[in-house]
Amino acid sequence: MAASKTLGERLRERGVSRRGFLKYCAATASLMALPPSMAPAIAAALERARRPSVIWLSFQECTGCTESLTRSFSPTIEDLILDVVSLDYHHTLQAASGEAAERAREEAMRAHWGEYLLVVDGSLPGPRANPGYSTIAGISNLQMLEEALAGAAAVIAIGTCAAFGGLPQARPNPTGAVSVSDIVTDKPVINVPGCPPVPMVITGVLAQYLVFGQLPELDEYRRPRAFYGQAIHDRCYRRPFYDKGLFAETFDDEGARAGWCLYRLGCKGPSTYNACATMRWNGGTSWPVEAGAPCLGCSEASFWDAGGFYRALSVPAEIDGARILAAGAVGAVVGGAAVALTRRRVRAGEQAREPVTVDELEQRQ
Amino acid sequence: MSDPMAFLLWVKGPMFNWALAIFALGTLARLLEIFLLGRRPNYAEPRGGEWGPGLRTVLTRSVADPGTFQRAPFDVLVGWIWHVGFLIALLLFIPHIELIQALIGLGWPGLPNPVVDAATAVTLVALVATLIHRLRHPVKRHLSTAEDYLIWTVTFLPLITGYLAYHRLIGPYPLALGLHILAAEIFLIVLPFTKLTHIFTAFIARWYNGAIFGRKGVQS
Amino acid sequence: MTGGSVSDPATMPAAGGPDWDAAKAILNEVRHALRHFVATGESTLIDLRAQPFAPGDLERLLAWLGRGEVEARVEALGPTRVWESAVPGVWLVDHRDGDDQRLTLQIEVAEFPEILRSPAQDIEQAVAILDARLGAAADGGP
Repeated sequence: MAASKTLGERLRERGVSRRGFLKYCAATASLMALPPSMAPAIAAALERARRPSVIWLSFQECTGCTESLTRSFSPTIEDLILDVVSLDYHHTLQAASGEAAERAREEAMRAHWGEYLLVVDGSLPGPRANPGYSTIAGISNLQMLEEALAGAAAVIAIGTCAAFGGLPQARPNPTGAVSVSDIVTDKPVINVPGCPPVPMVITGVLAQYLVFGQLPELDEYRRPRAFYGQAIHDRCYRRPFYDKGLFAETFDDEGARAGWCLYRLGCKGPSTYNACATMRWNGGTSWPVEAGAPCLGCSEASFWDAGGFYRALSVPAEIDGARILAAGAVGAVVGGAAVALTRRRVRAGEQAREPVTVDELEQRQ
Repeated sequence: MSDPMAFLLWVKGPMFNWALAIFALGTLARLLEIFLLGRRPNYAEPRGGEWGPGLRTVLTRSVADPGTFQRAPFDVLVGWIWHVGFLIALLLFIPHIELIQALIGLGWPGLPNPVVDAATAVTLVALVATLIHRLRHPVKRHLSTAEDYLIWTVTFLPLITGYLAYHRLIGPYPLALGLHILAAEIFLIVLPFTKLTHIFTAFIARWYNGAIFGRKGVQS
Repeated sequence: MTGGSVSDPATMPAAGGPDWDAAKAILNEVRHALRHFVATGESTLIDLRAQPFAPGDLERLLAWLGRGEVEARVEALGPTRVWESAVPGVWLVDHRDGDDQRLTLQIEVAEFPEILRSPAQDIEQAVAILDARLGAAADGGP
């Protein structure tokens, strides 16, 4: 369980030198997307930091977010678990299973009541949905979340499902899935969307909470600005081609090979806020757009329902051609009717006309 | 939480289809009425062709005659500037071309974004100038109706919202983009029922003018 | 000694292409940092980890900076490689973890990188450490 020793003390006990600590802080600054000059401040904060207890709940999810987390390497997941946080419950990563696992969760909650960090991945069936769609040890997701929530200091919603509802919430949303922030109203929530989120972003957000002990600056969707502050499009190395009007037309044409913009192939970079363009994936090796695939916009709400992945962003989700044609036909009928009416009026006028001569007019007077 | 996105999906989906349907209905009704009614038959012997002079006039009337320019240089110059700028932003911005291509299957090359951006900025300034001019000019202010201010607004809104969305000056982005699309939809809906029909009728009227004069053997 | 330096046209990237923009921005930042260092003596750290580089940009940037006279290696929580670039005062610090995975890559504009300096708190204990080693030697140690 979370020891009362500070991180600095624990690191020295484990034989980490001062140079090693300096390096650790440099890596942490980089991880948190902070300028390297912040390293001394991080060192001072880490010296004092106490290991927070983390309870990680997985609901309607695919374990992709956990897979992503285990691929973050700075600090490594082992470092993260041993040094940075005390991951007291995570039913995929922990050794215990069944009732022993649930007991570990309850014990951790009791021991750190009011202080632990609650991490959630996956959406959950909402209050009005059938709770049977997703349960753990016979407990509904909603009940487990509400119980864990009562003693949590803050909630981090990892992945688009937890942050916005994600795939389970996509039309027609058969399980009545809702996001964590649809349920949580009285505790601070940090959304870390992505399908999955960039590994470094997950650990970066955890590290930030650990180092500074407070919530990071959030945007309108409660995403940390440090990682979600800029659109993919604005940090994309293919952006100069967009501005010049040079676009790949197919996935394998010369433009695609030359690194031209993927907008026409459906890239959602302009409307997607995430850190892929700078943090990249697989230890900074590459990222989807660099691999020639358009951004799907996975860190945005409703990205499953926002139209075809391979259709340009400006193209509507579905064009109802039949309705537009029908409306045009109605318009044609209305126009024709107006013409018929006018013609009839003119003809009636012609029929009602009484030709007169000048003499007749003079006689009438 | 996801409200701005729900709004964007609504304006991109159902609302977009409604706007196009209303536009198609109104425009077809108006144009069919004009074309089917045609003109009163002219039984006089023609002294020249109709098509050639008609089409020529469609082009020549686009340039104001020197007298008009001398009387109202502001209207001619600023009018030209913002019409051209508006068309550049509408027809030569790549995302717009993508949309048109998806709708009607026709596409064309676009302009680099900085050019479109500059054209939009110039157009915005020119449109504000026309409004100030209209409000300060005693005769124009007297002649202006509520409809004139309405169509100024529905013309200005797509431009300003597009500019704000492109430069990410308001957030969140789905809201900014949604407002831009909604503004364009309002423009489409209002178009067939207001003076904005001049987008079509200006050219029809010029053609009739040229054709009538051409038939009489008179230059127009 | 200065293989791949600025004067070597073979490793000079073709500047001007869009894919060179991000790296050029870094070089501008380095120029500012150098001027600042000359004027005030304050060093600057630039993180190369989270930059919108195109494929090959980082390699071109490193080739462009070239190699100077100094190379060093620090073993602390995994290897850290340090080298001076062909531009005096511009250092590269490549922090890696125990699995040789890169943690960060930084440009440090300074007389020498901070990681090479012996920590002051360690030096305070240096005499004790030296005596301990001497004691061990008297006992037939190293």
